Amino acid sequence: MELLQYEFIRNAIMAGILASISCGIIGVYVVVKRIVFISGGIAHASFGGIGLGYYLGINPILGVLPFSIASALSMGWVSKRSRLPEDTAIGILWAMGMSIGIILVSLTPGYAPDLMTYLFGNILTVPFSDIVLMLVLDAIIILVVYSFYKEFLALCFDEEFATVRGVHAERLYLILLCLIALTIVVLIRVVGIILVIALLTIPAAMSRQFTSNLKKMMLLSINSGSFGFISSSITLFSLINSSYFSLIFFTRLDIIDPT
Amino acid sequence: MNMIADVVVIKDVWVHYDSIPVLEEINLVIKEHDFLGIIGVNGGGKSTLLKVILGLIKPSKGTVRVFGDTPQISRKYIGYVPQYSLFDLEFPVSVWEVVLMGRLGHTGLFKRYSEEDKKAALDALAKMDMLEYKDRQVGKLSGGQQHRVFIARALAANPKLLLLDEPAAGIDTIIQEEFYELLDKLKTKMAIVLVSHDISAVSVYVDKIACLNHRLYYHDSKELTAEDLEATYHCPVELIAHGVPHRVLKKH
Repeated sequence: MELLQYEFIRNAIMAGILASISCGIIGVYVVVKRIVFISGGIAHASFGGIGLGYYLGINPILGVLPFSIASALSMGWVSKRSRLPEDTAIGILWAMGMSIGIILVSLTPGYAPDLMTYLFGNILTVPFSDIVLMLVLDAIIILVVYSFYKEFLALCFDEEFATVRGVHAERLYLILLCLIALTIVVLIRVVGIILVIALLTIPAAMSRQFTSNLKKMMLLSINSGSFGFISSSITLFSLINSSYFSLIFFTRLDIIDPT
Repeated sequence: MNMIADVVVIKDVWVHYDSIPVLEEINLVIKEHDFLGIIGVNGGGKSTLLKVILGLIKPSKGTVRVFGDTPQISRKYIGYVPQYSLFDLEFPVSVWEVVLMGRLGHTGLFKRYSEEDKKAALDALAKMDMLEYKDRQVGKLSGGQQHRVFIARALAANPKLLLLDEPAAGIDTIIQEEFYELLDKLKTKMAIVLVSHDISAVSVYVDKIACLNHRLYYHDSKELTAEDLEATYHCPVELIAHGVPHRVLKKH
């Protein structure tokens, strides 16, 4: 309990739990609908949003939010409507998003601090303002999934039959991709763009081994995700003396963020 | 719409995939209580024709009317059993959840399934003799049982038209027989269209039969001419006559 006195540890635990909730719910859809590749595409294309954030001088997360939604919608639209094979279209948009990000970062005058944080994430540097944003996004994800639960299930299981039964499958699919985009925004601070795909797949794939019910899969994924985050924080803490740990932590912050 | 309205009216329908015609000049009228078998080679456009009736594929030319309306509007009266091989059997979903999907058109967005929905789903499961497997994951059933679940899903909507795509594929002969007997009972309540590449299985049970190979050969009866079959299969087909009531070919 001693470790809860540090604000960054409290934030880390909260961020970990909030991240587990979104990736536990949405990861299950990603795994059962087999849209891991398009999710990876949306995640990487979101790097363009980080570039945008740096370029405009705002919190990069606020740049990621519209950018990831836009890339989710365009990927969904292109993969369903264009004559290109779906995976080719995703590959192109994936690369486009990342290159826009790199162009915008290099156009921004000066050195880009903590850029690596967005690529690989750092659970210990999540500020409280981002936790509030994560909380709001989690609430939206839960609300939408709760409202469309039976439609999402039909969409994932048998899209064609869902259409025959009057479900607007394409619209619903785009909504699902937008939820993936929101999940990516939640996860970026914690694990980074590169590792988003790990959190979207591993907890869901693990829970699939224990249950054949979608709701139970979601709960199990959330649990295993939270357990992973909290236990890794505690392991870190017990490995390193707390004062020494915080020393390294704050020193490191100084190095990467001279302001 | 008069009382004995036509269930499906297809007029001069053409469907192209990338400018290659799949269906050419299709004219077909399906009446109430019809039990129609459509046979034809694989790739002859059988599934496409069903999807045109369901409004999943827009024809490049011609009109489709289902219960006097567009397929999109009339879909809620259609029960559809897709090709069996297209499912992801690892999917974490129970028999009960699958059958309830048949009720989606009857329940609005944001709402849970109503008591009426649940009752319809239970009835459909009971009709298919699958009640005891209600909570089983679909992938853990045998092929024949899964097949019955998908028919139950179509029946849960209380359809007035039942479309079946290759229903006999993947199930053994004894279950096939039971299955056709079930359809025989259902046909008093709805029109049934089933497509298959297997002439012998279909011809015994259906009341009317059509041949499809890009073009449709249909005489609103169970009679096919040798020319129809040759046009469909591109080779003379030997038919076994199943006793007089089930003759497919005229005596000649």
